[in-house]
Amino acid sequence: MNLLHALLRILVFPGLLFAVPAAWMVLWIERKAVALLQQRIGPPFGQPFFDFVKLLGKGTPPRPGLDGALMRAWPLVAVSASVGAVGLLPVLPFGAGFSGDLILLLALMEIPPICMIVAGFTSRSLFGEIGSAREAVLLVSYNLVFLLAAVSIAVSQGSFRLEALASAPPTAWRYLGLFAIVLCLPAKLHVNPFSLPNAEQEIYSGPMTEYAGFELALWQLSHGLEWIAGVGLVAALAVPDSAQAWLALAGTLGMGLVLVLLLALVAAGTARLAIDTTVHFYWQCTIVFAVLAISSALLMRLRS
Amino acid sequence: MRMWRRLLCACRRRSPWIFHMNSGSCNGCDIELIAALTPRYDAEQLGVLLQGSPRHADILCVTGPVTRTAVNAVQTVYQQVCSPKAVVAIGSCPATTNVFIDSRVLVGPLNKHIPVDVFVPGCPPRPDAIIRGIAAAADLLAERGQAPTLSFGPETHEIREVQP
Repeated sequence: MNLLHALLRILVFPGLLFAVPAAWMVLWIERKAVALLQQRIGPPFGQPFFDFVKLLGKGTPPRPGLDGALMRAWPLVAVSASVGAVGLLPVLPFGAGFSGDLILLLALMEIPPICMIVAGFTSRSLFGEIGSAREAVLLVSYNLVFLLAAVSIAVSQGSFRLEALASAPPTAWRYLGLFAIVLCLPAKLHVNPFSLPNAEQEIYSGPMTEYAGFELALWQLSHGLEWIAGVGLVAALAVPDSAQAWLALAGTLGMGLVLVLLLALVAAGTARLAIDTTVHFYWQCTIVFAVLAISSALLMRLRS
Repeated sequence: MRMWRRLLCACRRRSPWIFHMNSGSCNGCDIELIAALTPRYDAEQLGVLLQGSPRHADILCVTGPVTRTAVNAVQTVYQQVCSPKAVVAIGSCPATTNVFIDSRVLVGPLNKHIPVDVFVPGCPPRPDAIIRGIAAAADLLAERGQAPTLSFGPETHEIREVQP
């Protein structure tokens, strides 16, 4: 992958130019779907865009010194990492990508939650600190399953290269791994049963409590891009590769839409779980699928 | 620059985020405000979202006749809302202190302490009246956006003393 190719992927497709409108679209679809499931009419088309522009034009409280600089830096780092993660998605068979880009993608997907944790502590708000502590526990609980499942997919195909994984014929073991990843997505995206860090009825807005204006707009954007990265990763790996590029792309977009609607259904149909129940859910229940996926993938590798 | 300003005004009108503040209300108005957000009235059609933090809000919705213990909290929360901002006084209590008038524990009405933009009278007002009040406040925010004021930040916003 040369420099121009990499820049195009990060800035144009599937990076910034495509991912930002797509992020607003996904956030709108999720809000609209939840509203329709609750028999409401829901927000008008383009609502996340209106929210973003309005937040850009709002003032931020003056914060002098290092704290202020850090609080401005965290959302920027989160957005950059998310754009990088989206840019690595194997949605078009360009022959791009490099060996081990799955590892880079997983690492970049971990950066926004970590930024959120430190942002909560930097804000020195009590609610921010509680939210950050919850986010940290959530991160530890779902990541064990998430990373095991991702590794199982890589092991089953014998490659850490996303391009190779997306183009290889999908096996039953890969779908087991993808199922475990899908189970982690609600926690990764903070939708309802796992909306612990930003539980507005309990701790205001968690780590975001002290954020306003431009910085809050960036956090919203980063959240939307996380949606694109998470849903896009699963969709790109789940849809079988096709000889025609447009067919594969349409399949990936359709699969992404189905996943977003599924997550909206989960969000509308569940109530928030307590933090210990969440940890039990991932470390006792969901881990079964991840262990099954990785052990079967390893056994298949040993047999072949 | 003019186009950006017009876009910004349109977005302010279409995305009013509210923060709910109880200054000693009997809970009647609070229930009606929540009813305005529930599926029957669905204020989210207008882009209205109830926010957990005053920092995220554009419109401060105050209920209650402002008790002596609540007045400092009301002023602090008003300062925490970043400009441009609007205040909606929900119910007759923040407007006139209603049946609690002349009570020793009250320092209301609300516009003695913070500038109020929209009054929604009623005891309690209906949810559709509350939604109309929020929409009027959102229009006000958009109009204020057209005036070229750049004095952002809560600390720079001067609190007006309005005599009742």
